[in-house]
Amino acid sequence: MLNYTIRRLVLSIPTLLFIALVIFLLLELAPGDPMGQMPLTIPDDVKQRMREALGLGEPWYTRFYLWLYQFFVVEPQYWIDGAFGTNFADGAQRIISFQSRSPVFDTIAERLPQTLWVVGMSYVVGVAIALPIGIISAYKQYSVFDQAGTFVSMIGFSVPPFFSGVLVIVIFSVQLGWLPSIYDTTHEVVDWETFKFQLQQMIMPVMVLALQTTAQVSRYMRASMLDNLGQDYVRTARAKGLTESVVVMRHVLRNSMIPVVTVIALGIPSIFGGAIITEQVFKVNGLGQLLIIALQGSDIPMVMTITFLLAVLIVMMNLIADILYGVLDPRIRYD
Amino acid sequence: MTDVSQQVQPPLDPVEPSALTEKPRNQWLDVWDQFRSHKGAMAGLIFLIFITVFCTLGPVVWDVDPGKLDIRNKDVRPIYTVLWDGDAKVSWARPMGTDHLGRDIMANIMQGGRISLAVGWTAMILAILIGTFVGVLAGYFKRLDWGLMRFTDLVLSLPILPLLLVMMLLFRDPLRAAFGPETGIFILIVTGIGITSWMQTARIVRGDVISLKEREFVLAARSIGTPPRRMITRHILPNVLSPIMVSATLGLATAIITESALSFLGLGFPSDFPTWGKILFDSVDRMVAFPERVLWPGLAISLTVLAVNYIGDGLRDALDPRIRGL
Repeated sequence: MLNYTIRRLVLSIPTLLFIALVIFLLLELAPGDPMGQMPLTIPDDVKQRMREALGLGEPWYTRFYLWLYQFFVVEPQYWIDGAFGTNFADGAQRIISFQSRSPVFDTIAERLPQTLWVVGMSYVVGVAIALPIGIISAYKQYSVFDQAGTFVSMIGFSVPPFFSGVLVIVIFSVQLGWLPSIYDTTHEVVDWETFKFQLQQMIMPVMVLALQTTAQVSRYMRASMLDNLGQDYVRTARAKGLTESVVVMRHVLRNSMIPVVTVIALGIPSIFGGAIITEQVFKVNGLGQLLIIALQGSDIPMVMTITFLLAVLIVMMNLIADILYGVLDPRIRYD
Repeated sequence: MTDVSQQVQPPLDPVEPSALTEKPRNQWLDVWDQFRSHKGAMAGLIFLIFITVFCTLGPVVWDVDPGKLDIRNKDVRPIYTVLWDGDAKVSWARPMGTDHLGRDIMANIMQGGRISLAVGWTAMILAILIGTFVGVLAGYFKRLDWGLMRFTDLVLSLPILPLLLVMMLLFRDPLRAAFGPETGIFILIVTGIGITSWMQTARIVRGDVISLKEREFVLAARSIGTPPRRMITRHILPNVLSPIMVSATLGLATAIITESALSFLGLGFPSDFPTWGKILFDSVDRMVAFPERVLWPGLAISLTVLAVNYIGDGLRDALDPRIRGL
């Protein structure tokens, strides 16, 4: 297992390098000019020098190497310096945003908590709703509950978050006036009242994102439970005289969770993608919104870094899902 | 082949000769019979046909230019608003109301639906073509398998939505200059969605081709000297049609959602060129006063995708010979 893990980790390095290259070359073709926002009164030769100051004069492979160096060497050094008060970085050049002229990772660190809070919470809520739905749907197959569960997950697959988000805003914020339509990220929780407000403003974005998760995970949970309920060991367990709850919740559930756990791990990157749209709907100033703003302003270092971080997340979650599968299911041996 | 299982007659019963005289049934007739018994799938199919007819033939009946400005009749509410608000500004000439520039919303929904459906179908067909091509090549030719599948894995690891957004920004102006604003963006969106959503199809097709390759009928065909090209088109492709059709329905649903998402993020078609996602995006600013403008395009997207998903569900059951006929 360890052998396999190490092999996969080593293999993921060329994968990530290739992905970084693809993203970089795509951005390289960008016609957008970071000088586009500058006043027209600046003479052309000054603009040219400003471009060079941004590092745009070098050939692409030099800049790609520089970006890689900054991402994998300089930024971790700064991170360690910040955490332990050491001085590894020694004033080395960090990845700088074209728009704000501040280090990209500082901005990301500012935006990350909002996104993580909303996205993480919605994923937890979505999975927590999905598991019981899947279990009951499978145990009472073709019952009314099962039919309703199928329908709800179909809705979850079909209604895009930009519509469900807008719809709940119209219903709960505009018509009923119960919940705020804009997510206030400056809000701080200090007492019961502010906590209640935080809960109120989180309900809608969390539920909109959770609907997608619920739809997917409950389907897998149901299918996996159905696979296991028909197995011989279930009949044996019942024949031994075990109570129904022990049979279902111990024997069947444990075995059914194996594929579901990997699905849960694999779904994490896609929910970050979904957050791009949801943040736009609820005006959460998280990572997704940062990406959209950076795209519109041709802020290449910012777009490059955020997109690459998402790619790292995808590759890592694939890896974790495969390893978890091997750890949980002793029948699976990779070596 | 799947035909064989249907032609096996039940044990002969001399009392009932009809079993003998019954003609062997066409495979697709069986599929259709099974599909018809799936209520959700039938409802989905009927709705998809309805919305397609509504969008394509609708403008013949409802002859209003979707782009025509009519400031005098701006902000007309839909006709049903009268039911609870007698003073609302409504007009039978504008059953779904007009927007803030007086453009007719029903005509816009029709026009937008044509674009959204066209984008969905074309992008889906493109993705299916690429996916089938890659899948068949990887499954049939062992030399290509490793390389093509590693490539598929790589593309699967790309963060699709951000890259699509980047592509929209990058190629918008060159393509617009080359093909005109509408065709250019159409080509861009269709290609963008097509080349980022073929991977699942490729994986499924590859798996099926690999297992088909070991079957006797392929061996028989090879033993009489069938060249690979004809082997693929005559023997392999007809047998992987079922999984391709199922993933085509999923592809259509995803393509419609992705196009609307791009339009919603303001990176799709230009603003005077409505699609369902674009109409939704433009109406969000005024949704407090005019919620119906958000509701109609959103419902159109959601119901169409729901219908397509149900069709896929029914198709999966109908094409599975183990379930069919039960």
